[in-house]
Amino acid sequence: MKEDIAALDTFPKLLMHHARVRPERPAIREKDLGIWQTWTWRELADEVRALACGLAALGLRRGEHFALVGDNRPRLYATMAAVQCLGGVPVPLYQDAVAAELAFPIQNAGIAIAFAEDQEQVDKLLEIAPQCPTLARIIYDDPRGMRHYAKDQLIAYDNLLAQGRERLKADPQFVDREIAKSSGADTAAMFFTSGTTGVAKGVVHTHASLIGPSRTAAELERLGERDVILAYLPPAWIGQNIFSCAQAYVTGYCIGCPESAETVMTDMREIGPTYYFAPPRVLENLLTQVSIRMEDASRVKRWLYRYFMGVAQRVGGAILDGKRVSVLDRLLYAIGDLVVYGPLRNVLGMSRVKVGYTAGEAIGPDLFRFYRSIGINLKQLYGSTETAVFVCIQPDGQVKADTVGPAVPGVELKFTPQRELVVRSPGLFREYYKNAQATAEVKDQDGWFHTGDAGYFDADGHVKIIDRVKDVGSLADATLFAPKYLENKLKFFPYIREAVCFGHGRDRVCAFINIDPEAVGNWAEKRNMPYSGYTDLASRAEVYELVRECIERVNADLAAEPEIANSQIHRFLILHKELDADDGELTRTRKVRRGFIAEKYAPLVDALYAGSDAVHVEAQVKYEDGRSGTFAGDLRIENARTFAPAAAERAA
Amino acid sequence: MILAVENVSLSFGGVKALQDVSFDVKEHEIRAIIGPNGAGKSSMLNVLNGVYHPQKGKIVFRDQEFRGMDPHRAASLGIARTFQNIALFKGMSVLDNVMSGRNLKMRCNFLQQALWVGPAKREELVHRRAVEEIIDFLEIQHVRRTPVGRLPYGLQKRVELARALAAEPALLLLDEPMAGMNLEEKQDMCRFVLDVNDHYGTTIVLIEHDMGVVMDISNRVVVLDYGRKIADGTPDEVRGNQKVIDAYLGVAHA
Repeated sequence: MKEDIAALDTFPKLLMHHARVRPERPAIREKDLGIWQTWTWRELADEVRALACGLAALGLRRGEHFALVGDNRPRLYATMAAVQCLGGVPVPLYQDAVAAELAFPIQNAGIAIAFAEDQEQVDKLLEIAPQCPTLARIIYDDPRGMRHYAKDQLIAYDNLLAQGRERLKADPQFVDREIAKSSGADTAAMFFTSGTTGVAKGVVHTHASLIGPSRTAAELERLGERDVILAYLPPAWIGQNIFSCAQAYVTGYCIGCPESAETVMTDMREIGPTYYFAPPRVLENLLTQVSIRMEDASRVKRWLYRYFMGVAQRVGGAILDGKRVSVLDRLLYAIGDLVVYGPLRNVLGMSRVKVGYTAGEAIGPDLFRFYRSIGINLKQLYGSTETAVFVCIQPDGQVKADTVGPAVPGVELKFTPQRELVVRSPGLFREYYKNAQATAEVKDQDGWFHTGDAGYFDADGHVKIIDRVKDVGSLADATLFAPKYLENKLKFFPYIREAVCFGHGRDRVCAFINIDPEAVGNWAEKRNMPYSGYTDLASRAEVYELVRECIERVNADLAAEPEIANSQIHRFLILHKELDADDGELTRTRKVRRGFIAEKYAPLVDALYAGSDAVHVEAQVKYEDGRSGTFAGDLRIENARTFAPAAAERAA
Repeated sequence: MILAVENVSLSFGGVKALQDVSFDVKEHEIRAIIGPNGAGKSSMLNVLNGVYHPQKGKIVFRDQEFRGMDPHRAASLGIARTFQNIALFKGMSVLDNVMSGRNLKMRCNFLQQALWVGPAKREELVHRRAVEEIIDFLEIQHVRRTPVGRLPYGLQKRVELARALAAEPALLLLDEPMAGMNLEEKQDMCRFVLDVNDHYGTTIVLIEHDMGVVMDISNRVVVLDYGRKIADGTPDEVRGNQKVIDAYLGVAHA
């Protein structure tokens, strides 16, 4: 039976197609009770059919929104597909959001039925239920701890499934009839933006706008049914949805669901994904862990690592790009592959990675090169929720650390005079739900979507993104100030976890630093330096010295780049607490909210520019044991050496 | 009634560790034994578990009188325990430690297990499943393969609980399950103790120093002081008892 997969325009149609064409291939694997359990495409389709019947019995109507709160689990994805079978619109929500954050999306989308993974999520939904009068039923998956919830609005997934199976027996064609009613132009899903830019907005995507770009990108990377991914990022984020739904449905590849958030590293090693996505932050954490472990290794191993990483940095990227490299270097690299890179890839769980993407924010060039140099085909990707991810992809052989690549086929790009990137593509969202004004602000009459990112085309026509348009500023002397660019440079040091740079409209740049407690803690232990916690560690003179060295190296680097040589960091302080999404200082995707931080810590910013040596702070801090207390004390402010552009060579 | 302790006295030479102590434990309840240092709490637990043999009095567990009890028999009767100072196999992984809790349930002999043939293999699969369910229940999947010695203290305590649970006990004795933990670990542990009680229906007898914890999670409390029972009742009754207040805070001798 041959059918043209390109003619299938909705996700349910694609799902049923795979169930017919490759019924026994794995569709989803989940590690449960220590063993990888496989759902084949046939099993997945069977479950979805029954579930769709159950949902129809619950009264889910065509076009109705349906919330899902949970981690990556086969049942979550099955539910999502079942909702789409009936023409409903799944709305995945961030599972780590606090209850209050869930209220807005549920009210906004007028959600009547929600899926919750476990007791924790059910509790959150019940907590906000009084504010959400539309919310009538909650389906829960994991029954643990749910026995004493005597509420009519709760229904167990297993019961729903059993009811669905009964109904399906009575009318076996029901689901297929429902599936046939939808077409590509119908709404497929709605994603709430993480709120980096203010109030969350529901981004409406049709089947066509999700399937189109996913298919193009899959063809570009030659993905097929034999590929495997690990779904470990929140399902509410469109990227995870594209990788674990849209592209899986387009190609028929297999999704692996980790056992829990803590086991991702082990699970990744076991499942060996061939197709991988990681935001720079995850790659950074992995590298930090590697660096820490190497510091603890024996002297011989440290020497081997340093030597061969040197070789890799020199020629690894070129070998991956298929460029010309001398025979001697190739030989050295082959030995390095045997003793260092191969085992390292294995430890990272990336031995089988054919294509790895990184996106979400700019990646430090050194970090990016590190992965490529050890033979992992990591590439940059550019896109957003509104564009169904794929706008730019770096093609194999044309990978550069500082650009995100040329446009994906079918995507039109241009820059406005304000340097803003605008996009027109088949993957563009339809609208922001119930927010015509916001839609009009970013999508003009000709269908161009304004990304809000600033950048330019480089000589090869690749897009280079420097920062958000609204964040790019200028120093008092009118030279370019791109804070993110500086912060990324700082964050490449394993000791620095987060940095916030200030300088717009000022005569010089100053920075807040968050040290990485793991890396600095390790460093302190080696020096027999006792400390009681983050706050204590952050105030040590030795740690200040350590951070200062990092900053001075960044300054030396900056001095070599004429456009931003003036952005060298003159003064800095180490914050007494870790920036936290729960305190509103980071977004849920862990980007720093610079404006909010500047406001919240205004006295500290003033002190940085006033030239004082210390500033008094009193603040609520949360200790590691969960208690909170007040911190009162003086934060030290220190100066860092800066370099005249000409002196750069000497210092570096 | 799952357990009745009647007029038990235990002494080591001249030291009277327990004097004429009586109390009972109902099916499915969480029963706490509290008291100041040296009150005889651990001795009581060791009596229940067959380590010590009281000179006087009797203990009835499920209508069966304890006579010449030893820890091995106590375990096969369905009494499992954890220890105040963690007693795990430090060099073994979490999984192996928890598996060792199923030891009494394994029927195959040493040779069959060593060769891992026929019944031994099937048996191990059944037990492994049971153990994995406990690992899942106590949320220690991420350290399944980690040697116990490398885990932080709070997690080790949890592993010990897992091992005790693996024996599917009817009565679980916990010797200071929250000792030395920080607040968050204590909260986690409380949740797990309550969950175990609720989900598996296990009757729990626990010794604890942290009064807050005891009052929050137990149904009834026995208070010992210098080897004697000075109070017995619900947390509220015990809290208001003058003798208990005196034992904990001391009495002014005018």
